[in-house]
Amino acid sequence: MQVRQISVFMENRAGRLQEITSILAKANINLRALSLADTSDFGILRLIVDRPDDAVKILRTEGFTIRENTVIACAIADHPGGLNSILNVLTKEGISIEYMYGFLGKHKDEAVMIIRVENTETAIETLLEGGFTLLKGEHIYSM
Amino acid sequence: MKYLVEYIDPDLLQRVQLERLRQVAKRLYDNVPYYRGAFDGIGVKPQDIQSLQDMEGLPLTDKETLRSNYPFGMFAVPMKNVKEIHASSGTTGKPTVVAYTDNDIKVWSEVMARSIYAVGGTDDDVIQNAYGYGLFTGGLGVHYGSLDLGATVVPMSSGGSKRQLQLMHDFQTTILTCTPSYAIYLAEIAQAEGYDPKSSSLRIGLHGAEPWSDAMRVQIEDAWNIKAYDIYGLSEIIGPGVAVECVGQDGLHVWADHFLPEVIDPKTGKAVSEGEDGMLVFTTLTKEATPFLRYATKDIVSMTTGKCPHCGRIMPRISRIKGRTDDMLIIRGINVFPSQIESVLLKIEETEPHYLLVVTREGALDKLEVQVEVNEKFFSDEIRQLEALKKRIKSEIDSVLAISADVKLVEPKTIARSEGKAKRVIDKRNI
Repeated sequence: MQVRQISVFMENRAGRLQEITSILAKANINLRALSLADTSDFGILRLIVDRPDDAVKILRTEGFTIRENTVIACAIADHPGGLNSILNVLTKEGISIEYMYGFLGKHKDEAVMIIRVENTETAIETLLEGGFTLLKGEHIYSM
Repeated sequence: MKYLVEYIDPDLLQRVQLERLRQVAKRLYDNVPYYRGAFDGIGVKPQDIQSLQDMEGLPLTDKETLRSNYPFGMFAVPMKNVKEIHASSGTTGKPTVVAYTDNDIKVWSEVMARSIYAVGGTDDDVIQNAYGYGLFTGGLGVHYGSLDLGATVVPMSSGGSKRQLQLMHDFQTTILTCTPSYAIYLAEIAQAEGYDPKSSSLRIGLHGAEPWSDAMRVQIEDAWNIKAYDIYGLSEIIGPGVAVECVGQDGLHVWADHFLPEVIDPKTGKAVSEGEDGMLVFTTLTKEATPFLRYATKDIVSMTTGKCPHCGRIMPRISRIKGRTDDMLIIRGINVFPSQIESVLLKIEETEPHYLLVVTREGALDKLEVQVEVNEKFFSDEIRQLEALKKRIKSEIDSVLAISADVKLVEPKTIARSEGKAKRVIDKRNI
């Protein structure tokens, strides 16, 4: 139920993101989801890709500082209140979210939220008990 | 012509220097085991010193020597005779300790008084001393000198800019002693407070403890409508008052009856020709508590001898500091070694990170930026973790160096590697 996410450290300067996407494009790696967090002088690019092992290898070779960790991918109904229902369950269990980002799924009324919490195991249990659908890594990579 | 020794026949000065050199060499040999070992190591006895040229064969002393003999190993007198102790910050290891007997303080007072007098100060002046008081020798050195000259000293110490300006105005101070960058900063604060520094009672600025340039001199002189002079010193030799400019503003006169200067090629140890750049080395001719033989300052200067065309003194003149033989930086009057930053980072990351120090000057104040390459060991996908790391590095540097630095996290390999020694410092100040 865990999804591999690759984070890349990058300085805030023009064209830097494009350099990364061009490296991935050349290696024929497809992005599934992406989020960029930034401060005044640096940013963290978080990626979910179709071939995580290859992406890690190639980014390291290119000299990037990267970190791999696991996140949760939770399917939610694509209508008002969809996100609220997940947060409701997590909040009740006292699980705090480090960050999250979402994207629309392949099906018309489905969205996927990528959620990063401190204790992934507990969050997974809580969400499953709450009746949510969690997507497997392989499923996301090949979406 | 208050201090006649500054105008004596150069041959007589040399005779005095040689006599004092032989005496100090003997005292060191008899009382400091380190020096006895150094003399014996090269098979020389103090009485073998027959001329000032014989200096060249004698061993150098440096900061490391002092550290490895911490705390009192370099003392040449019993503690009973020591009246005052000063120490440098000990952030790269142990502090360097220097001590003063009654007579040392007398000499220090005299050379500082001579320094103030050389730039035109008299017993009519009110001296606002904005050098820090404490273990740092700047504050007390100027203080003792002011007393010895018979002037009135206001022991402000550093900082508290508005109060400095208030008392400058209320006390009608005529001489300001502080770092050159602080003199510029204080003028800016005055202007911001709606007070025209040109209309102040100041007439002379005596500035040192950090490198500065003629451009800064023009800035200080224009801002305050005063004459600004360079003063040089280091605690290992006595503190401030080792050398000072005269009214000619054309090199700093070394008080060579107390401090014997040499300018040597740091690689060969041999004297360079007059006017050529080299490392400044001092032997303390009269110091009792902690005399040092050929102390390597690591400052690069050139030296000129002969009678000064401006003031008639025969004391040799050194140029402004042109650079350093090591990688020490002076930022806001504080000595900073890249190795200090390295040890902070090592402590935090438990791995040797790549870093770069970038020094700039914004307005009058030096700014230090510490760039640290982010490696996988401490990279996190969470912004707040990285922000916390930045904050921790900053506060460690603040507390170790007593200097506020901006920390910037940068991508790996952005800091240039070179064969062997990495480039750790970019000094963008145009001093």
